[in-house]
Amino acid sequence: MTTATDTVSVTRDEVRSASKWLFVAGVVMLCIWVLLPIYFLMINALSSPEEVTSFPKRMFPSFDLASVTFFFKFQGVLRALWNSVQVASLTMILAIGLGAPAGYALSRFDFRGKEAFRFLVIMTRAFPLPLLALPLAIMFIRTGLDDTILGLALVHATLALPFAVLITFSLFSGIPVELEEAAWTLGCTRIQAFYKVILPLALPGIAASAVFAFVISWNEVFAAAVLTIQNRTLTAFLLQSLDVSPLPLKFAGGAMLVLPALIFIFAVRKYLFAMWGIANR
Amino acid sequence: MAEIRIKNVAKQFGAFTALHSVDMTIRDREFMVLLGASGCGKTTLLRIIAGLETPSQGEVWIGDRRVDKLPPRERGIAMVFQNYAVFPHLTVFENIAFGLRMAKLPQSEVDRRVKRTAELMHIEQLLKRYSGQLSGGQRQRVAVARALAMEPDVILMDEPLSNLDALLRLEMRAELKGVLAESKTTTIYVTHDQVEAMSLADRISVMNGGYIVQSADPVEVYRNPAARFVGSFIGNPPMNFLPATRAGTNQWTVAGRVVPGPNAPRDRIEFAIRPEDMRLGEDGIPATVRVVEPLGAHTLVTTDVDGSMLRALVDSDLSVAPGDHLSLVPQPDRVRWFDPETMEAVR
Amino acid sequence: MPRLLPYLLLLPATAFLCVFFLYPFVLVAMESVTREGSYSLDNFQRMVSHWKFGTAMRNTLLLAAVVVPVQLALSLAMASVVTKLSTGRSTLLYIFAIPLGISDLAAGLIWLAIFEQTGFLNSALYGLGVIEQPVLFLSYQNPMVIFAAIALAEIWRATAIMMVILVAGMGLIPKEYGEAAEVFGATAWQRFRKVTLPMLKPSLQTALILRVILAFEVFAVVIALGGTNFPVLMEETFQWQFTLQDRGVAAAYAMVILGISVAFTILILRLLHVPKGARV
Repeated sequence: MTTATDTVSVTRDEVRSASKWLFVAGVVMLCIWVLLPIYFLMINALSSPEEVTSFPKRMFPSFDLASVTFFFKFQGVLRALWNSVQVASLTMILAIGLGAPAGYALSRFDFRGKEAFRFLVIMTRAFPLPLLALPLAIMFIRTGLDDTILGLALVHATLALPFAVLITFSLFSGIPVELEEAAWTLGCTRIQAFYKVILPLALPGIAASAVFAFVISWNEVFAAAVLTIQNRTLTAFLLQSLDVSPLPLKFAGGAMLVLPALIFIFAVRKYLFAMWGIANR
Repeated sequence: MAEIRIKNVAKQFGAFTALHSVDMTIRDREFMVLLGASGCGKTTLLRIIAGLETPSQGEVWIGDRRVDKLPPRERGIAMVFQNYAVFPHLTVFENIAFGLRMAKLPQSEVDRRVKRTAELMHIEQLLKRYSGQLSGGQRQRVAVARALAMEPDVILMDEPLSNLDALLRLEMRAELKGVLAESKTTTIYVTHDQVEAMSLADRISVMNGGYIVQSADPVEVYRNPAARFVGSFIGNPPMNFLPATRAGTNQWTVAGRVVPGPNAPRDRIEFAIRPEDMRLGEDGIPATVRVVEPLGAHTLVTTDVDGSMLRALVDSDLSVAPGDHLSLVPQPDRVRWFDPETMEAVR
Repeated sequence: MPRLLPYLLLLPATAFLCVFFLYPFVLVAMESVTREGSYSLDNFQRMVSHWKFGTAMRNTLLLAAVVVPVQLALSLAMASVVTKLSTGRSTLLYIFAIPLGISDLAAGLIWLAIFEQTGFLNSALYGLGVIEQPVLFLSYQNPMVIFAAIALAEIWRATAIMMVILVAGMGLIPKEYGEAAEVFGATAWQRFRKVTLPMLKPSLQTALILRVILAFEVFAVVIALGGTNFPVLMEETFQWQFTLQDRGVAAAYAMVILGISVAFTILILRLLHVPKGARV
């Protein structure tokens, strides 16, 4: 009897440890799947142009900065980089500036037309937004916004705004109304209560959604390529020169695109749930 | 002078009427408890007084000022919220000082008042902490201290003890009563807990379905419910009701016995008695025991009287078992009568 | 004033969306049915009769059909792992979420580093002795390899967005349901099938809609890996707008992409419909 139970328990332990081992192996595989391709890109970016085009490839970077230097000295790169930063910053300001008040209104008030607005915001998800660049290109030529930083930022803000609205909505909803009401009873006006109580509590989250808006703009390719000719962003620049540019330039450029994204996602990692949890509503 | 007068105040949320036309006066320095089940309109009424909700009609007066159009900050009130609403990004000190700073009091006065109220609420050693480092009971104390520091004309409390565990609630209840009596501030206190209401109130306003059903001192509310609802809501276990039919002028038949009663213009009314107001004896209401629950000091016996339920508190020495037949004699001066149509008391 | 406040707060965002979202879509719709100033379906005729249209349509749909189911399975697996984990959870979540911040162009370049002639795949195969000399994978003679490379890059890049939505969704499901099912004798797999999946429907809905629409917008990955050898709808739109300078046909393409996006959104909403009372 005792032996039988022992055997059973041993097998069960074995099954458990086997499945645990399988689980860990799965996790490691998934991590490799995500990280290895980025590692390859980084090897290329941190090797000399000769190494990039040589065969076979080494599995470690030589930390030769020739490719990177080549990239930065390439005609138009610095300007494109600067354009990207400007467009993304402007997008960030527009998306948060317009989106946060809307998110606050959605979280704090019940009013006629609320559902209609939510529908408008959610509807943007069902539309391929980069296509907006086509009609806007004409509109911008008429208004003189064609090939400008502001024009592109306006399109990118359309991409980022729905997210900003939904994210700030969830942020503000997470702050109890009573805190605001308590501030009112303690002598605050609506505006004072917002500045003294709501804003300090929401600020980290708002910063996270601002970063997210920045990344959306930083990464956007299609609209940037359609709407800019002289003032290309980095993505548009790289896309346009794909046919002609040598491999080292492509990989250094790719790394330049990836690097800020890595940092930004790290900066907002705490808010990833909060930001996407509300996407379900 | 901070007498509060509420004149004909009503509140609709869309098609739902949360508050029917309410009139009430809360006297200066009175401790008024609004008591009722959830959804009865008590919190809505409190929020209207606070200025957090706009009444659909009617007037609110605090002292000699009409305040229903004023924002909360201009009403001379302070409020304690159910979930405390202690600001998480400020220390306890800054929480208590928050309103004082808004009022631009000099730093010395801020320090003095924070120190005084913190001592009053026994939280002087917590002043440097943040809300996240406090227990529920401590947060509660901060919330009360923050309200008291304002030295308001009126303190409004919305179920302030309902998030505390039972033991702490008992302790805080006694403490609150002491502190508020000391502060001599007019207080309006919302609760669904009848024991809390009884123990704290100078006067209780029992609310039901958006109406104030009865406003009276605790003993009066308990002894002489103005309406069937009050009797059935207050008291644990609540009042018993048995059908009564007319047997003659001022005579009613209850459970087969004829008892003297009021002269009501109906043929059927309701006989009511509290569980503790009956004793065992000759010629009482014949009752069949269904459930016996010993509560320690007393034993609660649930019985069946001609298909109606009748509960009685009897001495815990008495040994009763389900199936026993009891004869329960109501104390004549504790018997109450209700009109089953209007649900109001008949005297 | 308080009654007007919410409208005041919504006004900027609403106005912005009207001017830069609704109005342009009306414009592009009009453009697509206008030819030299009069209404006609000429644009659509030109689009359809061009030899690349059929291929672009087929490639786009095929790519979505291959990529989305794989991503669904992969993201569910990743989300389950992240949800199950107690230690290292946030680190793992960060690693899994990295591709979320990477643009499709960068993703294309990353996989180019693997698939190009002197790339890491060739190096690895050479190192293992499978091949004698580097193979030109991404040539028009190997459409299947180009397709596979694009599919891999898409799967690699855009699974993260589904994963994060699903992790958030799983976080909303109270543990008690799974525990209750366990008490009633459900195995881990049964719990996943009968409890987690049905309760995850709203999140699955969101994730799929977002993902399918992005799949129809596939653009930079394709250009980076396939150049013009693998036409897709978005790429054709770009070509008509720029290289061929025919905005009418580009607009017609836009309407086609919009059409299939909306159609699939409605389809997903229907298939994964959750009755109101049955939500978590």
